[in-house]
Amino acid sequence: MSASQAATAVSHSDAVLVTRRIIAGYGFWIFLLSDIIMFSAFFAAYAVLSAQTAGGPSGKDLFNLTNVAIETACLLLSSFTCGLASIGARTKNSLWFYGAMTATFFLGAAFLGLEIREFAGLVARGAGPARSAFLSSFFTLVGCHGLHVTAGLLWLLTMMAQVLAKGYRPDIQRRILCFGLFWHTLDIIWVALFTVVYLLGVAQ
Amino acid sequence: MLGKLTWGAIPFDQPIPLIAGGLVGVGLLCLLALVVLKGWFPYVWREWITSVDHKRIGVMYTLLAMTMLLRGFTDAIMMRTQQALAFRAPGYLPPEHYDQIFAAHGTMMIFFVAMPFMIGLMNFVVPLQLGIRDVAFPTLNSVGFWLTATGALLANISLVVGEFSRATWLPFPPLSELAYSPGVGVDYYLWAIEISGAGTLVSGINLVTTILKMHAPGMTYFRMPIFCWTTLASNLLIVAAFPLLTATLAMLLLDRYLGFHFFTNEGGGNVMMFMNLIWAWGHPEIYILILPAFGIYSEVISTFSRKPIFGYRSMVAATMAICLLSFTVWLHHFFTMGAGADVNAVFGIASSIIAVPTGVKLFNWMFTLFGGRIVFAPPMLWSMGFLVTFIIGGMTGVLLAVPPADFVLHNSLFLVAHFHNVLIGGLLFGAFAGYTFWFPKAFGFRLHEGLGKAAFWCWFIGFYVAFMPLYVLGLMGMTRRMQHYDVPEWHPWLLIAAAGAVIILAGIVLQIVQLVVSFRRRDELRDVTGDPWNGRSLEWSTASPPPAFNFAVLPQVGGLDAYWAMKQPGEHTKEPAYADIEMPVNSPTGFICAFFATFMGFALIWHIWWLAILSAAGAYATFVVFAWRDRDEYTIPAATVAYLDRTNRRAREAAPVSITAAP
Repeated sequence: MSASQAATAVSHSDAVLVTRRIIAGYGFWIFLLSDIIMFSAFFAAYAVLSAQTAGGPSGKDLFNLTNVAIETACLLLSSFTCGLASIGARTKNSLWFYGAMTATFFLGAAFLGLEIREFAGLVARGAGPARSAFLSSFFTLVGCHGLHVTAGLLWLLTMMAQVLAKGYRPDIQRRILCFGLFWHTLDIIWVALFTVVYLLGVAQ
Repeated sequence: MLGKLTWGAIPFDQPIPLIAGGLVGVGLLCLLALVVLKGWFPYVWREWITSVDHKRIGVMYTLLAMTMLLRGFTDAIMMRTQQALAFRAPGYLPPEHYDQIFAAHGTMMIFFVAMPFMIGLMNFVVPLQLGIRDVAFPTLNSVGFWLTATGALLANISLVVGEFSRATWLPFPPLSELAYSPGVGVDYYLWAIEISGAGTLVSGINLVTTILKMHAPGMTYFRMPIFCWTTLASNLLIVAAFPLLTATLAMLLLDRYLGFHFFTNEGGGNVMMFMNLIWAWGHPEIYILILPAFGIYSEVISTFSRKPIFGYRSMVAATMAICLLSFTVWLHHFFTMGAGADVNAVFGIASSIIAVPTGVKLFNWMFTLFGGRIVFAPPMLWSMGFLVTFIIGGMTGVLLAVPPADFVLHNSLFLVAHFHNVLIGGLLFGAFAGYTFWFPKAFGFRLHEGLGKAAFWCWFIGFYVAFMPLYVLGLMGMTRRMQHYDVPEWHPWLLIAAAGAVIILAGIVLQIVQLVVSFRRRDELRDVTGDPWNGRSLEWSTASPPPAFNFAVLPQVGGLDAYWAMKQPGEHTKEPAYADIEMPVNSPTGFICAFFATFMGFALIWHIWWLAILSAAGAYATFVVFAWRDRDEYTIPAATVAYLDRTNRRAREAAPVSITAAP
């Protein structure tokens, strides 16, 4: 179906026949909204259970804000480099695209490494997810975000390989657009997460 | 190596599930053998399994739903006969088996009958009604279908390998926790629903994007048929509610697999949090199912009254109001939680308010009938049966929304009667109305009318005989899910209810006979014009079955009931200029992905970790292969388009003109 073929029809036809880029981006936005709703369920569970420590440690005893600050810095910076990669893809500038994607990967991997180190430390201290309802909901909420970042890194590598193999084709451009949206959404969720979990947790 | 899976998992000591499962397995093998031996496999693979055509996918969804309806109904009639026999007697179903049956019945009927039936009809009809050639994401659509089929398959595998959940259709903790349900039953339930839920989410995203972003020229939002609006509302709810189901069941999985404490009695877990989360999905789910049915009734009643729908804009407003309100009422599923009078009052009032937009719809349908030239074809009979039956179900629903009444009726058979009243009388009648209404569009021949009417009357009468006694029993104090009882006053009512189930069985048999007879007499039931019902919306403006590209040229829409306007005398358009059409190529991605998902689900249920990891890697590899393809569209040459369209145009012009509108 070509947009030009029907564009002569009636006045609002221009508005109703849209490009595949818009359809892909729009559909992916709807997916992201549903993903945010899934996170909202984990946030709600955390809010309900955050005081249920079952005699075990609370957030105040466990959280290390320095670590969280570095994690946040990594993730926010990676969003910036991800934006640069999008521009690189749009202008078909491979130096910018590969460079910024690599930077995004390493920043994301650093974030993930810090998170895994934090989790391992908690488990080693006997504060694993099976210790209390508070820790169950903490590990699930933060871990779910971490899983998203992991999936994002896998996607990122796949996109770099795709551009390498196929070049900046329109369908690959659409996927890069969706990847960018995904990565920025993880940032938004992280902002909510470090506020609700870490900042409020330490203040308790 | 095989985790928890041993020979002990196969219930050699329980003949019923073994025979049932064995029969289904043998049936499937026979079907497969037939397909392979007859040399049909390439056709089935090319035209159906790998198809990304929304019409084919819609048909497959509906077929899945109707097959699973047989499974769910088998469970139902077993429960009815058990309760008819189990007065001061053990009956023929031991408790642990009876518990699996009621859990399986609810799970099957909601997730694998109602959902695929509605999604199938939406998939088939909506692009045709919008005047477009496909959905927004055709390959994802196929993935969604095959993931739903995976869920259904997993739930049915539990018949012969292991057991199914005994913790009801929503696995309420603490019963569903590892401590009280140590077997694999709940895991079967959880993975089946997680996987099919992902499929549902995908199809929801797809349809929302399609409706909001893709229309024929001139098809503005307020020119869309009501079915498109209700589909939009339903799929918005899918997108907003299904992630809650995924998250809640994931929490229960973590509790069961890794010893987390979300819903346990120990470690600070909170059982009522499960109730709140699951019903925050569960109540919108009810509207996800009923709204498309409302859309079907709107199309059917308008078509067979020969009138435009009465109060179009109020219908749209009511649909969207229900969409919004459905998120504000979840607590009425557990008024007895003890949230206090104020909270209960808020949710009780909110629940009652939903009756207002629903009432608006009912009046609109009645005013559409008023003064119309009504044709009592089978789809219309289902709709009329709905109008009468749904009123009763709606009113008992408002009664249950009153907290003090709910405290008395909670968990009684009154509640069971209420939700079957709205689900059968509302949703299933709508599904059958849509099935008979759009069947000729999908296959090019009508369903036998006499058998269709007979099936309707059996279902209609059978429903009343089976479920009105349940209202009485509920008021007499009988609770749901009882394997046996010793109250003599209940017994006669349960015998009547069992008789009702038998009448419904007759209806189902008649529907199967109808399908067979219609297929054998397809030449005399042929729909050559593509417009067998004198329809109003764009799906009737193309051939039956529609060509792969749906419309030779995209229709120009000038108002509501677009096709009705097109076929008015003097409005005959001359032959358009045909052009090449680009259509998406087929892809086995959905099927292969579901293949891996089936193994992954099975491996996770039985703790076969290596297989789970291998399958997950396989699913990822499938997507990478898909992403690597170089060609995603093929061209249908203008000559082919012209040939197909001219054939249909000639048939239409030759057909007797029957466009007599009601005043």
